[in-house]
Amino acid sequence: MRARIAHIASNTFREAVRDRVLYNLIAFVLLLSGAAILVGQISIEIEKLVVINLGLTAVSLFGVVIAIFIGIGLVSKEIEKRTLYTVLSRPVQRWEFIIGKFFGLAGTLVVNAFFMAIGVFGALFYVSHKFVRADALILVALYFIVLEFLIICSLSLLFSSFSSPLLSAVFAFSLFVIGSFAEDLRNFAGMAHGLSRWLAMGAAYLVPNFSAFNVISSIAHEQPVAGQLVLHNTLYALFYAAMALSGAVLIFERRDLK
Amino acid sequence: MKHRTKISLIAGACLVLSLAASSLVLHRTDLLRPQATLDEVLFLNSPKLIKRASLGYDGLMACIYWTRAVQYFGSQYHHNTPNYNLLAPLLEITTHLDPHLTVAYDFGSSFLASRQYGAGEPERAIALMNYGIQNNPDDWRLYYDLGFIYYMELTDYKGAADAFDRGSRVPNAHPFVKILAAQMAQHAGEYQTARMLWSATYQTTKDKQIKENALEHLRALRVDEDVTHLQEAVTHFGERTGRLPASMTELIGSMGLPKVPVDPDGHPYKLTPEGRIEVRQPDDFSFATQGLPPGYKPIPKFHSQP
Repeated sequence: MRARIAHIASNTFREAVRDRVLYNLIAFVLLLSGAAILVGQISIEIEKLVVINLGLTAVSLFGVVIAIFIGIGLVSKEIEKRTLYTVLSRPVQRWEFIIGKFFGLAGTLVVNAFFMAIGVFGALFYVSHKFVRADALILVALYFIVLEFLIICSLSLLFSSFSSPLLSAVFAFSLFVIGSFAEDLRNFAGMAHGLSRWLAMGAAYLVPNFSAFNVISSIAHEQPVAGQLVLHNTLYALFYAAMALSGAVLIFERRDLK
Repeated sequence: MKHRTKISLIAGACLVLSLAASSLVLHRTDLLRPQATLDEVLFLNSPKLIKRASLGYDGLMACIYWTRAVQYFGSQYHHNTPNYNLLAPLLEITTHLDPHLTVAYDFGSSFLASRQYGAGEPERAIALMNYGIQNNPDDWRLYYDLGFIYYMELTDYKGAADAFDRGSRVPNAHPFVKILAAQMAQHAGEYQTARMLWSATYQTTKDKQIKENALEHLRALRVDEDVTHLQEAVTHFGERTGRLPASMTELIGSMGLPKVPVDPDGHPYKLTPEGRIEVRQPDDFSFATQGLPPGYKPIPKFHSQP
């Protein structure tokens, strides 16, 4: 079982690399090095802040875009090209296919984020000429970004398991935007009464909450992140991704592929 | 040459030529519509809306808005435009997006407050500083900046003393702040206090531009103080003799000084036939308020050596 999942994951990773997904790293390097040089000339005292904010925002946004646009095609593309039938005709379970795809995409994003992190630290060294202890906090922000990717990968797969790529992209991107407003949604629910309160509260807990993952701004100001938050975010991302993947497996298991 | 290579070369040449032509046309169009792309527009002016629209990436947005504020201030100042309408909203958006971006309070308040070189809105600068203190209560520099505005722009000793006093109680505050609080409470001599403020700024900042700015103010303060003393001596001379001194030598002789006083650059001050004391190179003292020729408009420039 593990070997089959690993094979599907490694093939997904290779396919993403063949699709030139990692080319985004070139754009990232250009963006970061350009910003590091330019901001020093056109602004005041925020070179380091910009490198951290821009670097981590780019890691997050590039990853989200890749997760959505690769994730939405993971199942539908296999059906369209009819390669899925070849895979499923072998002793591979449908759920193994979904989980393997998930790990493959997550692996691609982790590798991508790893190289981008090297870029962020490189740019940081360029503007500061040294590293300080607080710079290690960037690793926490990167970890949270990776957790965010896990949720988005699982959601993209969920939508990909039953919908067309275009609609899946719309759904996944909408959930990403709504997830950024999840705390507002919970505040609105708190203000409502009766049934609408419960419905709003239910919606607030159902959509992913990305606001707790975004610590970029506070880390740019060298503010420490509580260990509790690291633990809670890890558990939340794992549970949420598991929930979305379970949904994807449930749908895909019952889907008529004829 | 292969057919495919030939096509590639032609396509490549077309690409370069089209790019050059479109850039040229765009450049010409910009000349026809001067400032069309640089209009003062703040499409979204609600800090809360912008914070929401940033999808959580508010740190980066704050950096962008701060850069925009710096560019806006620099552009208005450079073009000698007396209108700084967008400065306060830009700073409010910046600090709302990132309340811990202390550089925006630090510089932003001086851009806003200065009547001579900025927007001349000290009340809004004070509101900005109070917002900064509310969000960063442990940063003594913000109290210092607030006291600075009260003293320099409003000559409000009570407000300045209160700000310095609160700042002096912050852990790790610079010892200067306590002295300044006491000095404000006593309504100390203006030049002495101003010198202390700018010296504190010079010594405590790590920023090269702030250091240069403080240094320039210290040089200008020395000029102001020297010219004030010399001008008082001219008045006394007139009261005593019923005429103006014929030369600087006659004036310093009456003051009992061994030689003609010199400005921070070593140039002797001059006495005009109308009895005014002036510096020889007014362009070298951009922040001086005394000793300048009538109607002279200073051009700020900075010196990196004390």
